[in-house]
Amino acid sequence: MNPQALIDGLIAGSTIGLGAIGLTLAYSILRFANFTHGDFLAWGAYLTLTLFGLLGGLSAGLGAPVHPFSFGWGLPLAMLGGAALTVLLALGLDRILFGRLRARGADVIIIVMASFGASMALRSLLEFIFTAKPVYFTNALQIAQPLGLGMRATPDQLLVIGLTAVLVAGLHLLLTRSATGRAMRAVSENPDLAGVYGINVAQVIRMTWIIGAGLACVAGVMAGLLVQIRPYMGFDLLLPLFAATILGGIGSIPGAMLGGLIIGLAEAFAVQIIGAEWRAAVSFIILVLVLMLRPQGLFGQRGA
Amino acid sequence: MIALSVNNLRAGYDPDLAIVKGVSFDVNKGEALCILGPNGAGKSTLIKAMAGLVPSFGGTVRLGPRDVTGLTPHLLVRSGLGFVPQTDNIFTRLTIRENLQIASQLVARSERQRRIDAMLAMFPDLGERPGELAGALSGGQRQMLAAARALLTEPDVLILDEPSAGLSPKLVGQVFDTLRRISEAGVTLVLVEQNVRAALALTPRALVLVDGHLAHDGPSNALHDGALLGELFLGRRGAEQPA
Repeated sequence: MNPQALIDGLIAGSTIGLGAIGLTLAYSILRFANFTHGDFLAWGAYLTLTLFGLLGGLSAGLGAPVHPFSFGWGLPLAMLGGAALTVLLALGLDRILFGRLRARGADVIIIVMASFGASMALRSLLEFIFTAKPVYFTNALQIAQPLGLGMRATPDQLLVIGLTAVLVAGLHLLLTRSATGRAMRAVSENPDLAGVYGINVAQVIRMTWIIGAGLACVAGVMAGLLVQIRPYMGFDLLLPLFAATILGGIGSIPGAMLGGLIIGLAEAFAVQIIGAEWRAAVSFIILVLVLMLRPQGLFGQRGA
Repeated sequence: MIALSVNNLRAGYDPDLAIVKGVSFDVNKGEALCILGPNGAGKSTLIKAMAGLVPSFGGTVRLGPRDVTGLTPHLLVRSGLGFVPQTDNIFTRLTIRENLQIASQLVARSERQRRIDAMLAMFPDLGERPGELAGALSGGQRQMLAAARALLTEPDVLILDEPSAGLSPKLVGQVFDTLRRISEAGVTLVLVEQNVRAALALTPRALVLVDGHLAHDGPSNALHDGALLGELFLGRRGAEQPA
């Protein structure tokens, strides 16, 4: 077996894991499966691409690649702006749609269906604005460098893995060591009791959208940087994202990340063993197996 | 001085089917009272409405001079009302210390650690293992943590919903000892309780709620006579009749 699958799996798993973290937060705190999360990835990538283009137009230096990467300083700057805009998109959607349904005491299935509809609308709008033609952050070619043991990776790919590790570690610290994190974990366990403890639940919900949408943007940019940007890129990632979320255990940040890595690795090895045409089936098979054998996932709690 | 004033409160889950049907009473600062009544009388709904967890359709709730009717639970807590639900009253996936840390966010930063330490000292069972998950605590210890959490903010009024529910007789004794200490410390206490004897022994004043109406408001020792309590529970005596 080609050991390159290990690196390929880690890279794909990084994007999936980062996306799954936002999904698992929304699932545990907002208590519904948010189908728009995949579209936040795609919107994040397109918004970042637009800002990257604007920054490149303002200053050629910001667009010029910085060795050894395929992009210049403009991309991380644009990603910050893209993340802020994606957060605004998520907060706006919550205000005009999900928040109103919550206030009316709508059933979960109604909110899930609403998110499904909103997802289609967001995707169509993206296609309308940017067309379905794939676009790229950069046209620069990168040569994969040998890492040893027969594995190779480009600097961009290694950066993606490193950035993911930093973000996951930071988020884990936020949730376990800060007052904000404790409040989020409390709301996740019992929102009514959280209010009785003096926690502003509405504020925690806003923070959940901010973190989830921000990370979705980063995951979208990663996917766009390593593959391509398409309106359907988030939709195509939805199944792996849900599989990673459920595999890791609803509400568990380390679980979502580990779930993402497992899904990414399983897909990469499946490509080598049974062929690329079965790649998409891997997430589905893992999802079904987890739901049948360990519905609480790796780190989740029964009944969560 | 009145700490809590409930005036003609109507509350429930459906405006057409109010469970609490126009209840009024005042609680003086430092006073302890219990609310008794048969199952389904609306006791828990009444205090949940006071705590902002059940919608009210009419009437007012005042904390001191401030009208707090309709405020969300987190704003009520910030206004000085502590509420301990009957069940699911602690975060089991957080440690004992984290449960207290969350509550401590409502007090000045410089005060937080002192108050947490004070609560851990007040409840030695908790103080011995602050890093343990709250889900590992026994029923009585959970009630203690719930009370400690509520007391940490030094509320003007502490409301508890059946703190002895589901506990063994030994643990019930522990919980009521704790409540006695809290009351003796001058905290205004409102208690809904099914354990009538223990509640009447703890609080000098008792309300009896029957079918959403206040059927009795008077000294607890007037209810030590089981016959009167039985008549009130069965609805044979109403608020308009002298208890």
